[in-house]
Amino acid sequence: MAQWIDACATDDIEAEDVIRFDHGPRTFIIVRDHADSYYCTDGLCTHENIHLSEGLVVEATIECPKHSSIFDCRTGEVETPPACENLHTYRTKVENGRVLVEV
Amino acid sequence: MHMRDYDLLEGDGPRAIAHGLVTEGWYRTPIPRAQMKALMQRADQPAIRDTLLLFGLMIAFAAAAVALMPSWWSAPFWLAYGVLYGSAMDSRWHECGHGTAFKTRWMNKFVYQIACFCMLRDPSCWKFSHARHHSDTVIVGRDPEVAIMRPVVALKVASNLVGVPDVVDGLRRLVAHASGRILPDEATYVEPVFHATVIRTARVWLAVYVAAIALAVATRSWIPVLLIGLPRLYGCWHMVICGWLQHGGLADNVLDHRLNSRTVYMNPVSRFIYWNMNYHVEHHMFPLVPYYRLPALHELCRADFPAPSGSMGEALAEMLPVLWRQRTNPDFHLRRPLPPTANPYQDGPEPSPAA
Repeated sequence: MAQWIDACATDDIEAEDVIRFDHGPRTFIIVRDHADSYYCTDGLCTHENIHLSEGLVVEATIECPKHSSIFDCRTGEVETPPACENLHTYRTKVENGRVLVEV
Repeated sequence: MHMRDYDLLEGDGPRAIAHGLVTEGWYRTPIPRAQMKALMQRADQPAIRDTLLLFGLMIAFAAAAVALMPSWWSAPFWLAYGVLYGSAMDSRWHECGHGTAFKTRWMNKFVYQIACFCMLRDPSCWKFSHARHHSDTVIVGRDPEVAIMRPVVALKVASNLVGVPDVVDGLRRLVAHASGRILPDEATYVEPVFHATVIRTARVWLAVYVAAIALAVATRSWIPVLLIGLPRLYGCWHMVICGWLQHGGLADNVLDHRLNSRTVYMNPVSRFIYWNMNYHVEHHMFPLVPYYRLPALHELCRADFPAPSGSMGEALAEMLPVLWRQRTNPDFHLRRPLPPTANPYQDGPEPSPAA
């Protein structure tokens, strides 16, 4: 059953940047976009198991650091190959300066 | 002596997997996130400047060559045009394929399509092929872009200076795609959803090549094919030499780009043609860094990398004798010393002993 998990502080992430968030055996990324919205997706690229936390955030997209696949962090939709599968996304909310994710 | 089988279908791929060489665990020089984030930032201005210069020079050289035909005075202009078509387009294919040259995505896609046509490389197949090259760089049986296979066949390597093996292979694939077929090796790395695009692209390209040849025959002139198609042969030598230097004579089946790739200082003309891919170790380790930020990345990595080659001549002098020995001893390769400040090489999945 999904539950809200405290992932990080809002200011742990710069604008247009990303951090890795591990919970149990799973790995996620928390992205802060150019407008200070926060998103959570699976942490590994769907093309190969590359950690997206090393990638480049532009507005609300994340680019894989190895093969340049780009995903929309709001929807998980893949925008450029070689990845062909979308990322799973997870709901987020900000409370008292903390980013919570529903995983 | 280990004999190598580069075939993607029946070659050494399973052996590489069994040895833990197909992995995400490649060595990377530690660089603070803030610096890496800054290095990955894109800008349109450098690539727009370079692209306008490139296309402007191509038009100027082609115009001069056509105007001087059939005089031999046209030859230098054809050669200059050919190098921009057959070599500079390789680096444009590369950078725009990574999506790093321009900040604006459609600009990368536009130049990528033109460069793919010039280089006779299907845009979809080579997108996936190059992704595999970055995943499994010079891993035998996995990397589809190994320029110099071992044991080295000197005539085959040398004949690529005029593009013969590459163009023969490119035409074979073009005709297969145009007839509706994806080749078995391509099927190992190209997602099926792109197969229809590959076939459609090949049919358009084939029509363009046939039109150029038909025009040449109809007008009894070499000019149409000297402009389209043949420059891939007579102008590719610079690309081929730079391609040899990327990995030639260095280790294979390792998990450290400092062992299998080479950074070479080059003159400004070659760097323009090659779009700074002479910083090749840096590029492989951090492929999201655009070509115009590679010199800055190079400075950050120096203490962890073997010394770069001082010039193309120096790199060739280092590499060619090794290739000559690899004709009969495919295991022989260079292992360059690391500076005392560097982390040890990572030969395989397990940490290597200190150098």
